[in-house]
Amino acid sequence: MSDALKQTVQDAFHEPACATNRAKSAADRKKGCAKPLTPGAAAGGCAFDGAKITLQPIVDVAHLVHAPLACEGNAWDNRGSASSGPMIYKTGFTTDLTELDIVMGHGEKKLYRAIREIVEKHAPPAVFVYSTCVTSMIGDDIAAVCKAATEAFGTPAIPVDVPGFAGSKNLGCKLGGEMMFRHVIGTMEPETTTDTDINIIGDYNLSGELWQIKPLLDSLGIRILGSLSADARYKQVAQMHRARLTMLICSHALLGLARKLEENYGIPFFEGSFYGISDTSQALRTMCAMLVERGAAPDLIDRCEALIAEQEAKARAALEPYRPRVQGKRVLLYTGGHKSWSVVSALQELGMEVVGTSVRKATEEDKARVIEIMGTDTHMFENMAPKEMYATLRASGADVLMSGARSQFVALKARVPWIDVNQEKHEPYAGYMGMVDLVRAIDRSLNNPMWADVRAPAPWQVARPFAGHRPRLKDRCPVSGIANDPNDFED
Amino acid sequence: MARLTRPRRALSTNPLKSSAPLGAAMAYLGIEGAVPLFHGAQGCTAFAMVHMVRHFREAIPLQTTAMNEVSTILGGAEQIEEAIANLKKRADPRFIGIASTALTETRGEDVAGEVAGIMARRPDFADLKVVYASTPDFDGALEDGWAKAVTAIIDALVPDIDPMWRDADLRQVNVLPSANLTPADIEEITRLIRSFGLKPIVLPDLSGSLDGHLAEDWSGKSLGGTPLDALPAMAQSAVTFAIGESMRGAAELLGRRGHMPVQVFPALTGLTAVDGFVSALMNVAGTADAPPAIKRDRARLQDAMLDAHFQTGGLKYAIAADPDLAYALSSALAGMGARAVSCVTTSPANPIVAQIPCQTAILGDLGDLEEGARIGGATLLISHAHGRHAAAALQLPLIRAGFPINDRLGAQDICRVGYRGTRAYLFEVANAVLAHPHHAQPQDFGAAPIEQEFEHDRPQTAPH
Repeated sequence: MSDALKQTVQDAFHEPACATNRAKSAADRKKGCAKPLTPGAAAGGCAFDGAKITLQPIVDVAHLVHAPLACEGNAWDNRGSASSGPMIYKTGFTTDLTELDIVMGHGEKKLYRAIREIVEKHAPPAVFVYSTCVTSMIGDDIAAVCKAATEAFGTPAIPVDVPGFAGSKNLGCKLGGEMMFRHVIGTMEPETTTDTDINIIGDYNLSGELWQIKPLLDSLGIRILGSLSADARYKQVAQMHRARLTMLICSHALLGLARKLEENYGIPFFEGSFYGISDTSQALRTMCAMLVERGAAPDLIDRCEALIAEQEAKARAALEPYRPRVQGKRVLLYTGGHKSWSVVSALQELGMEVVGTSVRKATEEDKARVIEIMGTDTHMFENMAPKEMYATLRASGADVLMSGARSQFVALKARVPWIDVNQEKHEPYAGYMGMVDLVRAIDRSLNNPMWADVRAPAPWQVARPFAGHRPRLKDRCPVSGIANDPNDFED
Repeated sequence: MARLTRPRRALSTNPLKSSAPLGAAMAYLGIEGAVPLFHGAQGCTAFAMVHMVRHFREAIPLQTTAMNEVSTILGGAEQIEEAIANLKKRADPRFIGIASTALTETRGEDVAGEVAGIMARRPDFADLKVVYASTPDFDGALEDGWAKAVTAIIDALVPDIDPMWRDADLRQVNVLPSANLTPADIEEITRLIRSFGLKPIVLPDLSGSLDGHLAEDWSGKSLGGTPLDALPAMAQSAVTFAIGESMRGAAELLGRRGHMPVQVFPALTGLTAVDGFVSALMNVAGTADAPPAIKRDRARLQDAMLDAHFQTGGLKYAIAADPDLAYALSSALAGMGARAVSCVTTSPANPIVAQIPCQTAILGDLGDLEEGARIGGATLLISHAHGRHAAAALQLPLIRAGFPINDRLGAQDICRVGYRGTRAYLFEVANAVLAHPHHAQPQDFGAAPIEQEFEHDRPQTAPH
């Protein structure tokens, strides 16, 4: 790692706005929030993966990965962020370095030519160039190449110097945000601004979740000026510095970016979530109150309250029919973040019981909230090995598992319904209508008649009190034509 | 016959290739009780694992040595040892297959030496087989990684037999399938072999491990595959069959170890290709006749050829796949009168590329497929699931073949080998053509469209 990158990583770990970080000792803080990985027992993506998660949803940008094949070849076209227009972000661009390129040191030249080929063929507003372990190790200076390419071709080439081995996925998300702050934010000015312009940071519009929220904002006259990076255009990142307010969506990783926007451009931020009814309402309230504080028309607050009342009533009415279908069912919740707990309170309202929740990545503050919601801390657990989780589920310790894709097969192979609540999920569950969709998904899965069949014993596993008469073997087998000798029969 | 070309450009658009270590991991998963281990950074493993999970829709027990910046510089021997120890504790595998990645290969580690050292000084690893294959991402494709892993397994676990004392089992046959064969393909091949009274040992055997079955318990390692005891027994087999040119090296090594003849079948798709294989089986079985079921399958394939040739004759299509698969699918279609207008492939290492029935084979990506299909006027595309973007852009049907197929279920059940598999494949191609019928218009023939004034002015409902 270059010294510059090292410094960037150090800075990313030193986050004054992060409660977890503040609670640490100076020595712990220096170590950063990355836990050391255990060989043979590690799972999860790398920093490059994190940077890609954060930045790839910018839909009109060409994302170019400077690497041997695997980094992009094994990973492109794999993420569910939706676009309302441009599709170039779905195209996998890579320099696909060969052994010869690496040995002969052709990396930088190849990268420069690749940027030119993209600009000539696709004319995107910008090209994001991602460095990776190998290109970082052989010392390719992607910042210099990007600078030269930007000058030569007139299209900004943005270096995203976040190689995989810099750390975890979470760190990659952080650094991805940092790269935007350094190289993109503030480079363009919006044509018009309003006093209800906001930034949304930390949402990736998976399966179109942003659009479950956008109607609410539309009806309040709130405009999403800046986005990192749900359905974002390059301009929406470049013009972020002109928003009145930033909403940070349940993301510790991009906290630093929100703070820097506040410090450098005076844009206040708040952390909120659009998962669950109460959190959605809370987020809207906070958003409107802060906008009014910053000079928006005061009637925004009343309109917001009216909207919340109307939407909450509508959502509750839509949920009611599901109550008899999900009541009394036991949920095991296994997810990293705290974002699902607001969902938990809505499930509890419907009579479901949460029998356990992981607090793997949770802060003390988060844990307090779990206790508040669940009434006790007996159901919190730190980590559960797949084998253990399988045993719990197999022993009917829960009726449904809500988790990320990693434990999908643990549940399914234990013959237990599974609901995807992580970022790879294929259904949008945001806002009021999303909550109804989530409960509908739970109902659809829990009450599928398939479960009874798949759990039922096979015919040969059932005790047979009376085995019946075995027909005497004689004549020829009609299929094989082999003659059976009844005297040769052994049982 | 194809000439291999390499486009002169720096940019790869929509990669076709999957990486070599991924191929190695997949091969290792065809061994019973196995856990593949990537020697590289955590991310390399995560990407490959997600890729395989989405294709097979199974939990994939792929692990990593979790190299970080420091261990990359200082060397990863300790990481390997720690990884093996941890795996042993957590999953208790019988077999660990290590594949290197671009990261560790760029540094240039002597992993083979390190592994030998580790195994020598750790008596607690004695009941564990550890195999290492060098598979840098920047060299070759999935097919090559798979072949390298199989070669490494044979090298490590099949003994060198003294020909003087060779106790051959003349009804036992070794099969080395290449990476493109699905669990269903392997099942069809073993059915053919068994129907001649022969006993196959398949290495690696995905038909037991990644065929998609609900197990009774959670294991954390592969759910089936070639049994470890079967590996030394391979040296006693009557003959070794390699299916796919990429497996030639592995097959020859096995042949040398067991002093047995080796036969390479570049493909088992298409009537003549399967005839060749059946004829070889008849030789081994010492028979001049075939079982009734096989005869019937052949007759049904002949009939399918008659039915399908109306659609395949003159069909122009474009194909993108690893060399062995591209050859198998295109040679079968060439035998049915179809013409490949564009062929894109991944690896320059496989000599079969020269035999692909297309003017050129481009060492390229799915961008090349799209362009080649457009220029050549293809009406059908054959590639893995990522080809759907090109298919959508060109509004053409796509036959999914290869890895990954992550947008459809049942990738493991696709069978395109043997008489039965070929029959299914021909129907699949013909049906793709039938499902996209071309409705003739006057303009197609240069005629002017009908005068607007003749048209009834009320909106018409669509005809059925």
